[in-house]
Amino acid sequence: MDRNSNAYTFLFAVIMVAVVASALAFAATSLQPAQAENVKQEKMQNILSTVGVETSRDSAEMLFNKYIVEQVALDNNGQEKDGVNAFTVDLKKELKRPVEEQAFPLYVADVEGTKYYVVPLRGKGLWDAIWGYVALKDDINTIKGVVFDHKGETPGLGAEITQGWFKKRFEDEKIMDEAGNFIGVSVAKGYQGGDNKDDNAVDAISGATITGDGVTDMISERLKNYLPYFKSQTNVKMASN
Amino acid sequence: MADNKELTKKEELILFLSDTDEREGLLGKKNRKLLSDPLTDNNPITVQVLGICSALAITVQLKPAIVMSIAVMTVMAFSNMIVSLLRNLIPSRIRIIVQLVVVAALVILVDQVLRAFAYDVSKELSVFVGLIITNCIVMGRLEAFALGNGVWKSFLDGIGNAAGYAFILILVAFFRELLGAGKLLGYEVLGHKGTTLADSTGLYALGYSDNGLMLLSPMALITVGIIIWVQRSRNRSLIEQN
Repeated sequence: MDRNSNAYTFLFAVIMVAVVASALAFAATSLQPAQAENVKQEKMQNILSTVGVETSRDSAEMLFNKYIVEQVALDNNGQEKDGVNAFTVDLKKELKRPVEEQAFPLYVADVEGTKYYVVPLRGKGLWDAIWGYVALKDDINTIKGVVFDHKGETPGLGAEITQGWFKKRFEDEKIMDEAGNFIGVSVAKGYQGGDNKDDNAVDAISGATITGDGVTDMISERLKNYLPYFKSQTNVKMASN
Repeated sequence: MADNKELTKKEELILFLSDTDEREGLLGKKNRKLLSDPLTDNNPITVQVLGICSALAITVQLKPAIVMSIAVMTVMAFSNMIVSLLRNLIPSRIRIIVQLVVVAALVILVDQVLRAFAYDVSKELSVFVGLIITNCIVMGRLEAFALGNGVWKSFLDGIGNAAGYAFILILVAFFRELLGAGKLLGYEVLGHKGTTLADSTGLYALGYSDNGLMLLSPMALITVGIIIWVQRSRNRSLIEQN
């Protein structure tokens, strides 16, 4: 067959596409279970690390079942949603829905008798999605720990939000101002506060202003929807806002 | 394929794979040149000026640069081999599309396998996988070399060019991470940077501070430029006339 004829060219293209497509489809479907398992373990690992339990991916599931005593999916009025599995809620899909219809997952951890509330976060960085988890102590004001992750932030700049030294800045920060109004924690450029934990702000990463703003927005946007639930759950004095 | 009826099947296979004349072994002088040339006088970044985009994007730190180098080497060696195997079947009018499909399929395959069996490495690579598909060195070598040469030579050419790319990438990343963040592979090599002079150690205690500009893309281009300058001044034959 003439290699320059139209028929040959079409035939070659069709065969090539079929071969490549089936090879990739086969690879994707056969590797899917292993990939899903990795993602699940990583999620458990992240949630645990916000409450100060560091673990390898292999033992994440065992420790998760040990320390996470409650998983609930809430609506934005703080009522439990029936029939929704909190762990499988996909925030990416939820964020596209109106706020009244969204499910807000919440994990309650009990580490050696201390209670923590872990809230999943998701927002926008500079290039793509950023997400993470924030754990609150049972005064619903002090942050125990955070985890951040990203899809496509710049290595060395925005991607540094995943680093330990950045996450450490959030520990013991408050999400309420002194009057008890919710304001979250802002990632502030040119921050001069040093180790001040009562100013609702942490130092930003130089060269990653937009990613930092994304972290600020993500914390306040997501947490504010949990306030009704926290008010109904605790006897903590919170200003009505 | 040429008509080789008088050869045995085994001889045919050796000829097909090695694609060399009988006087030369698999790593003969010519083939060694395929590996060594791209490291120096025919470097894909500094001489052919290809692959600049990823050289800018991922050289902020040493670690991603090294991971990217390994990934590019894998993809280049195998895509060169596959295109070389198909070189007598590919219709010339759609050869670029065929090359692109081969590279993209390989990259997706590598990514899927990493995600299943080396999850942490795949997270490191997340952003860069797409960059391999669009890396002009890969396409450039397929077009310039694999379409006209045998499987073994193409494999060596892929490894050699990826090594030349890796060499420059790692060199640029070394300077950018060192001068921009005072670290290498994440370790603080110039001392610890505290909030004040008093709680800093090493060079930072003497008042040294990092050059933030090194972390931004333009400095990657300037660093590559300086490397090109040094190379041209040492080897004058590389300087284009007029």
